[in-house]
Amino acid sequence: MPSQPTIAIIDSGCANIASVFYALKRLGHEGTLTSDKDVIKNANRVILPGVGTARAAMKQLHERDLVNTIQNLTQPVMGICLGMQLLFQHSEELDTDLLNIIPANIVKFNKDIDIVPHMGWNNVSLKTSSPVFNKIPDESYFYFVHSYLAPVGDYTIGECTYGNKFSAIVNRDNFYGCQFHPERSGEVGATILQNFIEGGL
Amino acid sequence: MLTKRIIPCLDVKDGRVVKGTQFRNHRDVGDILELAQRYADEGADELVFYDITASSDGRVVDKSWIGKIAQLINIPFCVAGGIRSIEDARIILNDGADKISVNSPALERPDFITELSETFGTQCIVVGIDSREENGAYKVYQYTGDEHKTIKSKFDTVEWAQKVERLGAGEIVLNCMNNDGMRQGYDLKQLTKVQEAITIPLIASGGAGHEENFLDVFKNTKISGALAASVFHSRQIAIPELKLYLKNHNIEMRLTH
Repeated sequence: MPSQPTIAIIDSGCANIASVFYALKRLGHEGTLTSDKDVIKNANRVILPGVGTARAAMKQLHERDLVNTIQNLTQPVMGICLGMQLLFQHSEELDTDLLNIIPANIVKFNKDIDIVPHMGWNNVSLKTSSPVFNKIPDESYFYFVHSYLAPVGDYTIGECTYGNKFSAIVNRDNFYGCQFHPERSGEVGATILQNFIEGGL
Repeated sequence: MLTKRIIPCLDVKDGRVVKGTQFRNHRDVGDILELAQRYADEGADELVFYDITASSDGRVVDKSWIGKIAQLINIPFCVAGGIRSIEDARIILNDGADKISVNSPALERPDFITELSETFGTQCIVVGIDSREENGAYKVYQYTGDEHKTIKSKFDTVEWAQKVERLGAGEIVLNCMNNDGMRQGYDLKQLTKVQEAITIPLIASGGAGHEENFLDVFKNTKISGALAASVFHSRQIAIPELKLYLKNHNIEMRLTH
């Protein structure tokens, strides 16, 4: 891989794109905000950010005709927050079909939990060794903001607990996803992004 | 475990950070970027930037510094002050703010909260509530950025908090005006009453003076975070020591030092 990898940040019309772009910049990398299929296909790394509702984000991806493009990517791809959830099959949030890259469903937090969204810093247990975990201490704190979750499954490589356990970091083939915001999770968040960009994935 | 959040609040006026007592007599306490970097380095969990003049002057918050903050720090931050339209909010979020907070404009037109949350998602819509205790009742105040324009709204605090949750707010910052700037501790009674009435996170504001005040509010209420300004700006309380102190008293904290 070249020393300056090309990084496509998929423009899904959502609001946290600037903070992802700036986080890469602090690491010395230049991301390209794009909805151009060729730019996305040819990038060394692809980031799928996202905040807002699953339905609004999927609508944007359909309107930009990016669903097939994303499903067929072979380079390392990272979904962030809602972008992670979009990798799954279906979301309870407004009954929305997702990208179906990971065959499991996004569900609401358990009703017994007093306070939702799950908002703030929570610790993540690393369940496997992964190149994205290089220099990440087990049980590090990351910044979460979400009302829906991916249950724990064979794709879960990092786990968090709020009421029940849920997926904090997922991986299937070349697709990675963080439920937390690495771009807003201090040093450890920056390190995860750096591992994703610079690591031998 | 989800940690309790320590949130320095930077009141911004004309591009500088200021602080007054009970919303008045504002004095300059420093440069926005310097203070933001300092708090991020010290382990603050989140920052709030609040343009204290914007809402009551009918003008929007000066935005040039928001992008600079977003480039500089790697923790979340919220911007408040005079956000009156979807477009105002969009510009601030696109510049890199993680959340926006609305107060007086939401009181003027509560449906604004729904429009914001449907456009940007519940998670980035914070509603600020300025509340004052009067004869045992809690009343919401409006236009508190300017003492000459401050008025009592028609809402009771608990009723308003429940309404903003229903309308789509993702978090509430409750500023207890009687305690603000007094450094005598947070209003535990009021915070408990409001948190019990809602299911979204509540952030306490107003009254922090000593480390014990933070311990009291986290031990005795279910609030998600505590906001403070002057005790941090003046370095009367250092965030690393505060977080260590709270952790040693079994409050869940993210330590970075």
